[in-house]
Amino acid sequence: MAQTLPAAPSTGRKADQRAWLFVAGAVVAWLIAYNGIQPLADGLAYGLFGHDTHLGAAVAFFLYDVPKILLLLSGMIFAISTLRSFFSAERTRALLGGKRQGVGNLLAAGLGVLTPFCSCSAVPLFIGFVEAGIPLGVTFSFLIAAPMVNEVALVMLFGMFGWRIAGLYLLAGLSIAILAGVVIGRLKMEQDVEAFVWQIKGGGGAVAEQTPTWTQRFSAAWQNTRIIVGNVWLYVVLGIAVGAAIHGYVPEAALAGILGKDAWWSVPAAVLIGVPLYSNAAGVIPIVQALMAKGAALGTVLAFMMAVVALSLPEMIILRRVLKPRLLATFVGVVALGIIAIGYLFNLII
Amino acid sequence: MLTVKVLGSGCTNCKRLEERVRKVVGDHGLTAEVEKITDYAQMMRWNLMQTPGLVVNDVLVASGRIPTETEIAGWLTK
Repeated sequence: MAQTLPAAPSTGRKADQRAWLFVAGAVVAWLIAYNGIQPLADGLAYGLFGHDTHLGAAVAFFLYDVPKILLLLSGMIFAISTLRSFFSAERTRALLGGKRQGVGNLLAAGLGVLTPFCSCSAVPLFIGFVEAGIPLGVTFSFLIAAPMVNEVALVMLFGMFGWRIAGLYLLAGLSIAILAGVVIGRLKMEQDVEAFVWQIKGGGGAVAEQTPTWTQRFSAAWQNTRIIVGNVWLYVVLGIAVGAAIHGYVPEAALAGILGKDAWWSVPAAVLIGVPLYSNAAGVIPIVQALMAKGAALGTVLAFMMAVVALSLPEMIILRRVLKPRLLATFVGVVALGIIAIGYLFNLII
Repeated sequence: MLTVKVLGSGCTNCKRLEERVRKVVGDHGLTAEVEKITDYAQMMRWNLMQTPGLVVNDVLVASGRIPTETEIAGWLTK
C-alpha cells in the first residue's frame, strides 16, 4: 500500500495529508478483511469436510488462523514501526545519561522495548551507551529488553492467546530485563568489557539527520513491515499447520504429564531447548498454543518462548566482540535463570 | 570529490545500503568514492548506534535505516 507513497523528502503538508488518508483507507480495508475471515474459513472447511470430522476441525483452524495472524502481524507491526519512528538510540542515550541504578534500569527496559532494535546494532549500541557513561547494569537492561519483548512474539501471543497472556509476556520480559540489569550492575564486572571499548572517544563528526515527515514515517514503517512479515510468514504457516494437526489429532491432556505443572523439570528443560532455536518464534507460538490446549502449563510454555526470542546464539557471537567470556556467560546465565523463575512463577499462580 | 561512507558491521541491511548507493552513483553517472566502514571506533565519530549509517562528504545523513534511492540521490547530487 504505502509503496505508492511519494518517498521524496519535504513534499510538504499535502503529501502528509494524502499519506494519512491512505493509511485511514488501509485501516478500514484491514478491519473489513479481519472480520470476514471467520465465516469464510468455517464455511469453506466444514462445507468440504463436514462438521464433526477431525480433518474439518483441523482445516477450519488452519484457514482461519493463517490469514488472521498474517493480517494481525502486518497491521500491528506497521503500527509499532510507526510508533518507534519517534524513538531513536540517540534520544534514548541522552535520556539514560546520568540516571542511577534502579530508576535507570526501569527506564532502560522500557526504552529497550520502544527503540527500534536490530541485533546487528547491539555492539555499536553497547559502545555508545558505555561511552556516554551509562552504567553497565543499565545498559544491559536495555540490551535484554529489546530482543526479549519481541514484536512478532507479542502480536502472535495476542492473536492466539488474547491480550492477558500477551500482557503477561510483556510484563515478564520487562521484569527480567530490569532485574538482570540490576544483578549485572551489582556484580561490578566492568573489567570484563573488552578494553578497546573504554578507549573509544566518540563525537567530532557532523550529523545532519532530518526529522522525518509523516509520509516518510509511514513509508519506512511499511518497508519494515514487509521485511518482517516476509521473513516470518512461512514459519507462521508451517507452525499453524503443525498446530492444526495437533489440535485435530492429539487427544486432550495427552501432554499434561510431560509439559504440565507437576513436571518440575519441564521449565528448565524448555529453556535449554529454546535457546538454540533462534528466529523461529513465529513458528513456535502456534505449536505451543496447540500444546497448551493439550495440557501443557502456561509458565513452561512462556519460558520456552522467551528463551527462543531472548537468548540467541547469533547475538551472543556478536556481543562477544565487546564482552569477555566471563561477562557474556554471566549475562546468559542471569537471563536464563530469570526466565526459569518466571516459568515457575506462572505455573504456580495460574 | 564526492566521498560516501557506508557504516556497518556487514549485516544484510548494511550490504543492501551499499548496493543501493552504488546503484544511485551508477544511475546518475556520478564520480564518487564509496567506502565501507566496519570499524566500530570509527563509526563512533558520528556517535552511530544503529547500523547502517550513511555518511556523505563527512556528514552523517541517515542511520538505522535504508534510505530510498530518491533520498540517496538527493544527498549525492546536492
